[in-house]
Amino acid sequence: METIAMPAINFAAIMPETILSVIAMALLLINVFVPSEQKAYLGYLSLIGIVVTFFTVIGGWGTPQEGFNGSVMQDNFALFFKGIFLVSAALSILISDQYMKREECNHGELYPLILLATCGMMLMASGTDLMTIFLGLELLSVSLYVLAGFQRDSLKSNEAGLKYFLLGAFSTGFLLYGMALIYGATGTTRIAAIASYVAQNSLAGSNLMLLIGMVLMAVGFSFKIAAAPFHMWTPDVYEGAPTPMTAFMSVGPKAAGFAAFVRVFVIALPTLRADWADLLWVLAVLTMTVGNITALYQKNIKRMLAYSSIAHAGYVLVGFVAGNAVGTAGIMFYMLSYAFMNIGAFAIIVLVGKKGEPNNNVEDYAGFGFKHPLLAVCMSIFLFSLAGIPPAAGFIGKFYLFSGAIQAGYIWLAIIGVLNSAASVYYYLRVMVFMYMKDPVEEFDWLKVSPAIALCLIIAVAGVLIPGIVPGYLLELAQKAVLL
Amino acid sequence: MVSLHSYLILSAILFSIGTIGVLTRRNAIVIFMCVELMLNAVNLTFVAFSRYLGNVDGQIFVFFVMTVAACEAAVGLALMIAFFKNKESIDVEDVNLLKW
Amino acid sequence: MLESLFFLIVAAVAVLSGILVITCKNPINSALSLILTFFCVATFYVMLEAPFMAAVQVIVYAGAIMVLIVFVIMLLNIKTETDKRTSHAVLISSIIGLFVLFETIYFLNRSSLTGSKGLMDSAMIKSVGHTEIIGKALFTDFLLPFEITSLLLLVAIVGAVVVSKRKI
Repeated sequence: METIAMPAINFAAIMPETILSVIAMALLLINVFVPSEQKAYLGYLSLIGIVVTFFTVIGGWGTPQEGFNGSVMQDNFALFFKGIFLVSAALSILISDQYMKREECNHGELYPLILLATCGMMLMASGTDLMTIFLGLELLSVSLYVLAGFQRDSLKSNEAGLKYFLLGAFSTGFLLYGMALIYGATGTTRIAAIASYVAQNSLAGSNLMLLIGMVLMAVGFSFKIAAAPFHMWTPDVYEGAPTPMTAFMSVGPKAAGFAAFVRVFVIALPTLRADWADLLWVLAVLTMTVGNITALYQKNIKRMLAYSSIAHAGYVLVGFVAGNAVGTAGIMFYMLSYAFMNIGAFAIIVLVGKKGEPNNNVEDYAGFGFKHPLLAVCMSIFLFSLAGIPPAAGFIGKFYLFSGAIQAGYIWLAIIGVLNSAASVYYYLRVMVFMYMKDPVEEFDWLKVSPAIALCLIIAVAGVLIPGIVPGYLLELAQKAVLL
Repeated sequence: MVSLHSYLILSAILFSIGTIGVLTRRNAIVIFMCVELMLNAVNLTFVAFSRYLGNVDGQIFVFFVMTVAACEAAVGLALMIAFFKNKESIDVEDVNLLKW
Repeated sequence: MLESLFFLIVAAVAVLSGILVITCKNPINSALSLILTFFCVATFYVMLEAPFMAAVQVIVYAGAIMVLIVFVIMLLNIKTETDKRTSHAVLISSIIGLFVLFETIYFLNRSSLTGSKGLMDSAMIKSVGHTEIIGKALFTDFLLPFEITSLLLLVAIVGAVVVSKRKI
């Protein structure tokens, strides 16, 4: 009986994932001993874990680590995205406690599930094997199905979880079929090996199996990033899920989907660039237009932000189509600023909401600007940033995405993007019109700002304004993280 | 030996049957079963490729797909039970999958 | 020749039972047809000299997952669907499905197997053993995905409890 030679493991390559999962497991155990009114402490513990993980992410910057026989590669690209995931997880945890207490479902399992979902996202960003990416995606998705259906006594939340689950599993089928065909065409699942095999045997133009595999994978990833026409699940799920979880899943998983999408397509299939750039061009235009036009008609603010998140996926796809250094750096910068502005906006929604959320319509914000001027200013900053108005970070991000497209010669794409962005101003400003120019229908006397949410708002405002006014440092980081 | 193309075409047929099922049925459990059918079609593709390439990677992938299917089954059925408790049905009437 | 005939028969059963899965009104009948499809797929695994996968297919899929599904159908006492969806949704999705089907078959028929060839042939499977080949690959090249599976199972357990338990 021969022994198996163990592979080169190199824990440095999966350090952040290891720390997060260990903390998640510890929290599951601690949870048993924490009485239900004190579950917030679990949140604080998980925040400590996230901060520690964040330091390991910073510490790993600049030194790419490969591990597990090429299953995983922690390069700057992965690290930048890991930073985004940690930020979105931390901000969502900060707004969770007050919401969950209000809705009477503050079960301690929330925090471990968020941490494990984050772990899945990290594996998607750093995976260099189709299997690692697939399993990271599933770890993320399964956690999110549960988080979307977390309010188990609320029918809306149940429906959201069920819908998300059915469509998520459906899209997994397409993604897997694509992966299977690519495996058949190249005989490997390692991303780098796929690229070199395709280049050596010049399969790019002739091999139909590779082509259809690429298309099916694009369909699968489009479901995950909610690009039109595969966005049908988004509004219902975002509306029904608990608000902090909506905030989380509108940012983190989208960024993770883009990370895996970019890595697979840019590294493994650069030879098919001409084909997938055309495909994504169409997807980007459809996504932006459908997202923005349907957002114009929404009354429910969570639903409006869901459609706006579809539109934002479209803007990011523009940077992806461009495929040059500016566009790709734009993707990363934009996803980071999107994390701050979107979760910030959702934090305000959590504050304004009442138990059971009967008042989530845009009209319910009437007079908000006079009753709570400071919060209204925060909300305005987030909405300005979402609309892409300077000096907020959203503007700089969009500027880079579109200028990347122009540099790469996709002038029409950039024009369509700018037009869409202009149209989106209407529905963001509508909220502000209600906040500042209408008289309140009812008093906002139930509204209390807990310290955690205040901290979240401060971080989010800083995260929107500082990179918006002095974008140099972050952009430099993003440019160092580009894969090309 | 049966040719690779027979296997690929068979799994394409099974995959399409699953897809049509997901899009046409209303019962959440049946939709989930159709997804399982799709995953099985993919697994068949993987194993066929693996055998004809003489490379074990595809079968390992199938192994993971099965694990994932088991996890999804556990979580998905739990979600369905929770939904059923509140609504007494698992018809996805309002879960209109083709809504724009 | 005999093998091709066998393949054709089993494939016909697989496709027919697959069609039954999506046409049966009663979920229990769908589930039973699906089990039949799974057994057919397991047969193909045996024909493809992957006995371990065939065993896992029967044990995990037909055994564990389908039992769970049948159990839930019984638990919830789901009645047969009374009325189908509007015929127009059925029509559209059937067109989409058939389009996917023809597209895939058309492309697959015209493409050839180009992937890099490995060492695993019939002789090697016979001498080393299929389970051992799988095991070795699982614990060397694919160790990380294997570890991720453990986290996935943890999430599934915790998630199932959180979502469906009345009171924690």
